[in-house]
Amino acid sequence: MSTAGFNSQNGAGTGQPYSNGPSQNPVGLQQLPGAGYGSGHQSPFNLMQAKAPSPSVPGHYSPGPFQPLPPGSPYHLSPSPTAYPAPQGQPLLTAPLIGRPPSQTPPHSASSSPGLRLIPAQPTPPPPPAVSSSSYHQNPLQTAAPAWHYNTSQPTMRSPAPMILPPHGPVANNVNPAASLAGQSLPPPPLSSAAYNTSPPSPHLSQTQSQPQGLGMPPTSLHGYGQPGSAPPPMNPMAPHTYQPIRPAYGPPPTGPPPPMRPTPPPTGPPAASGTPPPTKADGAVAGNGPQATNSYNHVDSKMAGLAQPGPPGRHLGHYPSLPPGYQNTSGPPAPSPMHPAMQAATQPYTQAPQAYQQMSGGPGMAQLSPSLASMSLQSGTPEALRVVNLLQERNLLPPTPISAPTPCLTQDLQRINCSPEVYRCTLTSIPQTQSLLNKAKLPLGLLLHPFKDLSQLPVVTSSTIVRCRSCRTYINPFVSFLDQRRWKCNLCYRVNDVPEEFMYNPVSRSYGEPHKRPEVQNATIEFIAPSEYMLRPPQPAVYLFVLDVSHNAVEKGYLNVFCQSLLDNINALPGDSRTKVGFITFDSTVHFYNLQEGLSQPQMLIVSDIEDIFLPTPDSLLVNLNECKELVQDLLKSLPSLFQKTMETQSALGAALQAAFKLLSPTGGRMSVFQTQLPNLGVGALQSREDPNQRASAKEIQHLSPATDFYKKLALDCSGQQVAVDLFLLSSQYCDLASLGCISRYSAGNVYYYPSYHHQHSPAQVECFQKDLKRYLTRKIGFEAVMRIRCTKGLSIHTFHGNFFVRSTDLLSLPNVNPDAGFAVQMSIDENLVDTQVVSFQAALLYTSSKGERRIRVHTLCLPVVNSLTDIFAGADVQAISGLLACMAVDRSVTASLGDARDAMINAAIDSLASYRQFALTIQQPGLLAPACLRLFPLYILALLKQKAFRLGTSTRLDDRVFAMCQLKYQPLAYAMPMIHPSLYRLDDLTDEGALNVNERTIPQPRVLQLSVEKLSRDGAFLMDAGTVMYLWIGRNCNPIFLTQVLGVPSYADVLDNLYVLPEIDSAESQRTRALIGWLRDQRPFYPSLHVIKDESQLKASLLQHMIEDRTDSALSYYEFLLHLQQKITK
Amino acid sequence: MEAAVFILSLVDCCALIFLAVYFIITLSDLECDYINARACCSKLNKWVIPEMVGQCLSTMLMLISLHWFIFVLNLPVAVWNIYRYVKVPMGNMGVFDPTEIHNRGQLKSHMKEAMIKLGYHLLCFFIYLYSMILALIND
Repeated sequence: MSTAGFNSQNGAGTGQPYSNGPSQNPVGLQQLPGAGYGSGHQSPFNLMQAKAPSPSVPGHYSPGPFQPLPPGSPYHLSPSPTAYPAPQGQPLLTAPLIGRPPSQTPPHSASSSPGLRLIPAQPTPPPPPAVSSSSYHQNPLQTAAPAWHYNTSQPTMRSPAPMILPPHGPVANNVNPAASLAGQSLPPPPLSSAAYNTSPPSPHLSQTQSQPQGLGMPPTSLHGYGQPGSAPPPMNPMAPHTYQPIRPAYGPPPTGPPPPMRPTPPPTGPPAASGTPPPTKADGAVAGNGPQATNSYNHVDSKMAGLAQPGPPGRHLGHYPSLPPGYQNTSGPPAPSPMHPAMQAATQPYTQAPQAYQQMSGGPGMAQLSPSLASMSLQSGTPEALRVVNLLQERNLLPPTPISAPTPCLTQDLQRINCSPEVYRCTLTSIPQTQSLLNKAKLPLGLLLHPFKDLSQLPVVTSSTIVRCRSCRTYINPFVSFLDQRRWKCNLCYRVNDVPEEFMYNPVSRSYGEPHKRPEVQNATIEFIAPSEYMLRPPQPAVYLFVLDVSHNAVEKGYLNVFCQSLLDNINALPGDSRTKVGFITFDSTVHFYNLQEGLSQPQMLIVSDIEDIFLPTPDSLLVNLNECKELVQDLLKSLPSLFQKTMETQSALGAALQAAFKLLSPTGGRMSVFQTQLPNLGVGALQSREDPNQRASAKEIQHLSPATDFYKKLALDCSGQQVAVDLFLLSSQYCDLASLGCISRYSAGNVYYYPSYHHQHSPAQVECFQKDLKRYLTRKIGFEAVMRIRCTKGLSIHTFHGNFFVRSTDLLSLPNVNPDAGFAVQMSIDENLVDTQVVSFQAALLYTSSKGERRIRVHTLCLPVVNSLTDIFAGADVQAISGLLACMAVDRSVTASLGDARDAMINAAIDSLASYRQFALTIQQPGLLAPACLRLFPLYILALLKQKAFRLGTSTRLDDRVFAMCQLKYQPLAYAMPMIHPSLYRLDDLTDEGALNVNERTIPQPRVLQLSVEKLSRDGAFLMDAGTVMYLWIGRNCNPIFLTQVLGVPSYADVLDNLYVLPEIDSAESQRTRALIGWLRDQRPFYPSLHVIKDESQLKASLLQHMIEDRTDSALSYYEFLLHLQQKITK
Repeated sequence: MEAAVFILSLVDCCALIFLAVYFIITLSDLECDYINARACCSKLNKWVIPEMVGQCLSTMLMLISLHWFIFVLNLPVAVWNIYRYVKVPMGNMGVFDPTEIHNRGQLKSHMKEAMIKLGYHLLCFFIYLYSMILALIND
């Protein structure tokens, strides 16, 4: 039996006695080469951690016998047999934490981790969710952090009871390297119990304000943020403490699914329910701060306070100015602030959680509520997600911090092991029981996936047999049920399967007869090293072919220099092994090949001018082994830019070059990177210009969104069949017919990069962007000859796929290459009623060949509850995922029908779902445009989509820009697509360190997100708009001189350069904060957003204003008008 | 003469029935994952034009032989076939596009269409058969 070994390559090397870093391996340590999984910390609590019983599904296995295991029980215990293999180049060592782009700290992720948010659903004080041996590979976010936040009882660390607190030492360690450096890595045990005992004034280093009363309401927040944060209600002009009991009214007890948005009021329940740990959710800042998390609630608050004070009047978050005064008062307390309680709750949800928990809640507050709230408080069972929001009255819906995904309403045990929302998101976190129920809700049902995301903690299993269901071929996963020791029931098709003998042995604990403790059954995301049955041919080597446009136009653009330089710099970082091959083809009106065979003194160029019937001059020596011929390749790259300096050839035979490249790659498969700078106009695949620039703004209907020829599509399918992916870099200011060209990437699972105004001298910002993108592109992880299959529980079926790939058969996506930046979406329907099932599961299995020539299978499994009431469906709606999926659907609709149709469809989606909510889910009818709290941003996102480059009408938009925006919406994972849909606006001139995140010893300020309205801009400030692929820094005319001098390095507003795109590195606190924030935002995504500094008179100001979604433009409605339009349609 | 027209139509109709069955089999193969979308679509696209021609042929025959009722019965299907062919977007690889066929329930609608056509051709078959016998008897 080739034991399901977790033999490690480097786990063995850690010479520590207990190298088990259960579940929370410090990030820093993760990155140490040679440090195995758990080489981690040596905290004394590790033992405890190991012993902490796993809160597993009752009946499945008992934690009992596991407890006395030696401390080393987790996988990393010791050398070979029990550690996972972690080959070099594997993300587990080097890549960032799961669910987050590089350089982000776990802390932040912790905030969005489901584990945290799950807790409200748990009616009894659960054992700390975490940290059993099983959690070894768990995302630390999902395990340790929650436990450490939510312990209500006051166990000491040494308590032997199952309530053992997970050690927070390690947490601190992992989560916050900076903090640990500050000496907090091992806070004294009692600290943990402070989490919910308001009193202990614990030593929190990073508290910026002294908050002696621990978790109590910090006075600062009361005064400072006065307006939005903590305005006492009118009838209750009392001290903050009396105010607190009111909370329960709008933070109903945690019966339902937890709130989807991050800044929700803590659902402090009535006493009956308050036996539960306060289900507060941690904010990014909160969780991020590891040790000081105990009262980081205050921390958040004080950040708010700090921010609001200096704000100009314009920043008061008010109601619509145009509203009649009476109307403004209906829902919110009129006094000091016009802010609605929702917002108050949102802005300072964390302060009172512990207190409310201790107090008898309910009583006094109810009576003091304004009528609309009182009506809500009647439904005290309603979860926060269902709080009724009158969109017409509440202006400030946008939470001040980034929005995280809602947590499915599952038991804690299931949720703890559930797949991360970063990887897998469903539009409805509660699946309707029947199709008719789904139709009634009028919300799209679909999944958004990011399956190949860079993960830092990925369990990898080597096993000779991979356990799968015999009928549906589902991989065994945490959501299967074990009928007994020997049989398991598939959670997708319900077939009962036998447990193979080999699976009975658990290499983790080195015990026999515990199949349910195997890592496959403990991790929703896992990777298998596939045995030879999973190969149709020997794994292919990494093969990279570069196809470069060298026509006059291309030389004029000057991209060759940048490309060659980037490739030279990164040639050793190209993923691959000793078999890696590279090749180059250049083309203008002819196609040039480069013979790089070993032994030649210099590269040899071979020109083929017969572009009608292209052939390969010397098929053997055009693709060469990179290691053997590195010198020649480097020579070529050095000489290439100068080779075509004088060319006068203006034509472009792209089609022929692609065919040649396809022929070259088809024996092996691989990646083809095509650089194109103009419309291909010669030979096969020649295209005509189809755009009439004069019609850009006026056209009522946008033509030519679909391809002009099927040449590129056919070629892409041929490529797909031969495992060749084509990535297209388009650098052109003229029309290039991306709609046709894009097909080559779209169906071969490549990506498209587009630099519309690229010029090596005139647009340095784009050059920088191109450079950074290239670097990422060349060095990122890559999977070859991949296929992905998405399976779902019987009764559900997938009917439409979005993304770049070719759907080979009903549920099999063919992905010649898969890269970590690709997102996918699928739409589902419910074919059979799910009456008998409590939960459904979705499994995405990605089979690929790593760049090291290993065949691997990455499996993600998501589990979601099934509900039968419309209310529950609405409560589980994930507004971001819904918007993302609708965007994909709208792109399809624009291409197959028309753009107008697509726009109407999006508006109808908003109307229908809100109408349905009003009709079926709302018990108390009120006037206004009502939405459940979880969908309160839905109309805003729809409006944002309507004003997005892809779908806007009436504004001059180049056809290629539009098509590219459409590609992006379909291809980008949701996390990256969201800022492109709805940009974030921050005020930069008053950044403070309060509430800042700590990432790799850098302090990242977290300014609040402002609404996208010009009204929020003030002349005496500086504002940053982060629109995904681009950032704008708007400088007000009377901008704070300190900001100008300290950040921009200029004495006055007039001296700010017009085309500034980098911030000078000035050694001042302001500059550091600003650059830290911008750098952090950039690090969150795989592409490089360029920064443009904008003054009042800048040309780019128009593009900034186009992103002001809530404002009216000549051709589009303002947000308020849009809401009125929706209301009119709904009530009609 | 009339008998000849109907015999010809009958043969044509048989061919169309076979074609419809072939479509159904191929599509269900795709549904069951026996062949991939590329192969399926290239197989089917080959037969789109023959099908159109066959349908138009029997329509024209009926028009020429002045059988108005059968002509009217045939016309919509012929028009639909032509419409479907003409409406294929430029970027698509034919009526059956491998990249689209799994999206938006296209596979199901193609299947439904093939089923309906099969039923329709069977109906026509019996009408032709009846008419042919009638014509032969009358002769």
